[in-house]
Amino acid sequence: MPASPGVDSGNELRILGFLCNWCSYGGADSAGVARLEQPTDLRIIRTPCTGRIDPLFIVRALINGADGVLVSGCHPGDCHYVEGNFHARRRLETLKRILPVTGINPDRFMYTWVSASESGRWQEVVREFTARIHTLGPAPRMSDTLTETLAAEGLPMQATNGVK
Amino acid sequence: MRIGVFVCHCGTNIGGTVDCPQVAESAGEIPDVVFASDEMYTCSEPGQESIVNAVREHDLDGVVVASCSPRMHEPTFRRAVERAGLNPYMFEMANIREHVSWVGRDKKANTRKALELVRMAVAKLRNATPLYSDKFNVTRKLMVIGGGVAGIQAALDAADAGIEVVLVERETSIGGKMAKLDKTFPTIDCSSCVLGPKMVEVAQHPRITLLTASEVQDVAGYVGNFTVKVKRRAVYVDWDACTGCGTCIEKCPSRKTPDPFNEHLAATTAINIPFPQAIPKKAAINPEYCLHLTKGKCGVCAKVCPVGCIDFEQRDRVDEIEVGAIVVATGYDLFDHSVYKQYGAGKLPDVITSLQYERLLNASGPTAGHVKRPSDGAEPERIVFIQCVGSRDRSKGRPYCSGFCCMYTAKQAILTKSHLPDSQSYVFYMDIRSPGKGYDEFTRRAQESYGAQYIRGRVSSIHQHGKSLVVRGADTLAGMQVEIEADLVVLAVGVEPAKGALELGGTLHISADSNGFFMEGHPKLRPVETNTAGVFLAGCCQGPRDIPNSVSMGSAAAAKALILFSKAQLESDPQVAAVNPQLCVGCFKCVQTCPFGAIKESEDRFGNPKAEVLASVCKGCGICSVTCPHGAVQLNNFTDNQLLAEVNAICPLPLA
Ligand code: SF4
Ligand code: SF4
Repeated sequence: MPASPGVDSGNELRILGFLCNWCSYGGADSAGVARLEQPTDLRIIRTPCTGRIDPLFIVRALINGADGVLVSGCHPGDCHYVEGNFHARRRLETLKRILPVTGINPDRFMYTWVSASESGRWQEVVREFTARIHTLGPAPRMSDTLTETLAAEGLPMQATNGVK
Repeated sequence: MRIGVFVCHCGTNIGGTVDCPQVAESAGEIPDVVFASDEMYTCSEPGQESIVNAVREHDLDGVVVASCSPRMHEPTFRRAVERAGLNPYMFEMANIREHVSWVGRDKKANTRKALELVRMAVAKLRNATPLYSDKFNVTRKLMVIGGGVAGIQAALDAADAGIEVVLVERETSIGGKMAKLDKTFPTIDCSSCVLGPKMVEVAQHPRITLLTASEVQDVAGYVGNFTVKVKRRAVYVDWDACTGCGTCIEKCPSRKTPDPFNEHLAATTAINIPFPQAIPKKAAINPEYCLHLTKGKCGVCAKVCPVGCIDFEQRDRVDEIEVGAIVVATGYDLFDHSVYKQYGAGKLPDVITSLQYERLLNASGPTAGHVKRPSDGAEPERIVFIQCVGSRDRSKGRPYCSGFCCMYTAKQAILTKSHLPDSQSYVFYMDIRSPGKGYDEFTRRAQESYGAQYIRGRVSSIHQHGKSLVVRGADTLAGMQVEIEADLVVLAVGVEPAKGALELGGTLHISADSNGFFMEGHPKLRPVETNTAGVFLAGCCQGPRDIPNSVSMGSAAAAKALILFSKAQLESDPQVAAVNPQLCVGCFKCVQTCPFGAIKESEDRFGNPKAEVLASVCKGCGICSVTCPHGAVQLNNFTDNQLLAEVNAICPLPLA
């Protein structure tokens, strides 16, 4: 399978992955151990459980200019914390539906389940999601639009401090 | 803050496709990074020393190591950081091996990615705070689930070391699959002569409590303090009184009760002792076949029992047992060969499984050790063994090698010759896999000294032809089709995880691989541990293995439990949730969502409702953190600020 467009030439996009420690982070590790080649765009943030992933982290990433955000955890029913991924699924599904309202293309966000032994599946997920984001291209810079709007209205630009 | 960054080459593992010196140099420009270097092997002794020295020399208060997965060496580096005098939680790892150098080939892209991962780690560390563990007491008692040879070994080793052990077995006797075997390879030892004394030892050991006819229903708690609910199945016999004399069995009129111990080759009675060496040697009633329990008639056993121990009123009950660690040794089941339509799908009476054959060879088996074929009781002369039935067959969803079938087939071919000197055995095989001590010699012996004819190739069909079976297959070495007329066909069936193991795994929060075997903590370095602290694995529940390996694993699992018990107190993981009472409004949404009941409703000293995390119960999932509308409950080391700092490191704030 060819690597995603633009990856080798350094035209990476900003893709962020939130992975639970037990299943998907383990799966990504297994893929590494098995040397399963993947596009290099993805940057992974490790969380104990998908239940720890606040949808607002994802929104923050997308507003700040991420071109894609991927969430992956244990298969439903297989959560190391019993029901963490059920909470996650509800939250993430809701987020997916709300994203269009905020003007963010919901295709830039995906959640999926990959277990620690599914190294091949992880490779597929990364390849497909990266390819999808490359098809969509870089995200429109909302901050630019926002800056313009604020400037046009004569409002001050306020710094957010990173805490919700 | 003063942060040190160490970029590991891991030999060429990382160094080959990441420009480590370049990453270190650029890392030096990240805010708060006052020291950055690249090391050949950071986890090695000199590598760890360089961390310790740098912390002291540069007065660091936090360390980032960019190397392998934190699932591999996070504990190693936390200890190094602690040795240097820092709080072990003032440490972060960037995974530039599994997630960078091993999955990307473009050195430029890899180097850029590695640097960004370092940037994220530094950002997270800048928001970290020192964390402190609590000490808690350990219940010095071990539960072993599964009474096969692996579980027996684990129980005996731990008990001999002075630990109280509870051994829980689903069947009415311990012994597992090994108790059903006739002889063992490669020594042709009598299986029950080897296992029997160990079983007796279990029964007599002052520190082992044996619970047979029992199943684990639920497990709560955490390492050092588990509470296990064990269902004790009603056996309708008062085992304290039963002497195992067997009078009841002789008189029981329900003689068509299935006999799983004899692999259903013969029937047994509704009240029975599964085999002569059973431990405990106590009678038990199968309620589905007992005439008294099903129809209210009979009751013969109660009349003839010399000690009056039959108790039709007995009910299932549930015991709660406190233990500090658990060894899972649930073993395996045999593959159900009826999916092989071409082999008769379980309908041809003279096509039997390897374990059924084992029972036919066994002196305590249904034929008293005479090999008789099921259809007409005749002695077979030509016996065909077919290997890899339900092993190494992707089309049947069994892609893995079951490991010991090559060996037991060779053993059965050898034993056949001793039982029936005039017989001829044929073995269809794919490869011979016999890597253990004395194993290859053994399979050769079967061929050279016992005349078993080995044919390399798969069997395409078996069908009945008069009294005999016609076995058609390929001989891939000779490059031709072969057809053998056989009196008996023995399928070397593969192994799969025991029934119910997955549900038990769910209760214990341990995961299984794609074949359903329990996953070890690390395939190389933590083969008997799981990712749930205090839960260990032994034997075939982790993957197919033979007796010596199961025994080794049982001992290893016991040793791991003993390490745990060797400390008077354990240190808790401080990566748990904590409530900031100033932000908490007492809505108790967190109390409702926590799956572990780790948050309780409480009050501050003015009587205001506030949530409170019970640190010893909290498992650190962070579900509550996302639930709290005020960000009042935060998961230590994975706080909103830390995770958002990572996000911001890649997607910088546009307006700041
Ligand atoms: S959810 Fe937050 S505010 Fe509500 S009780 Fe829990 S910690 Fe307090
Ligand atoms: S992190 Fe929160 S939800 Fe998870 S176990 Fe601890 S208190 Fe419960």
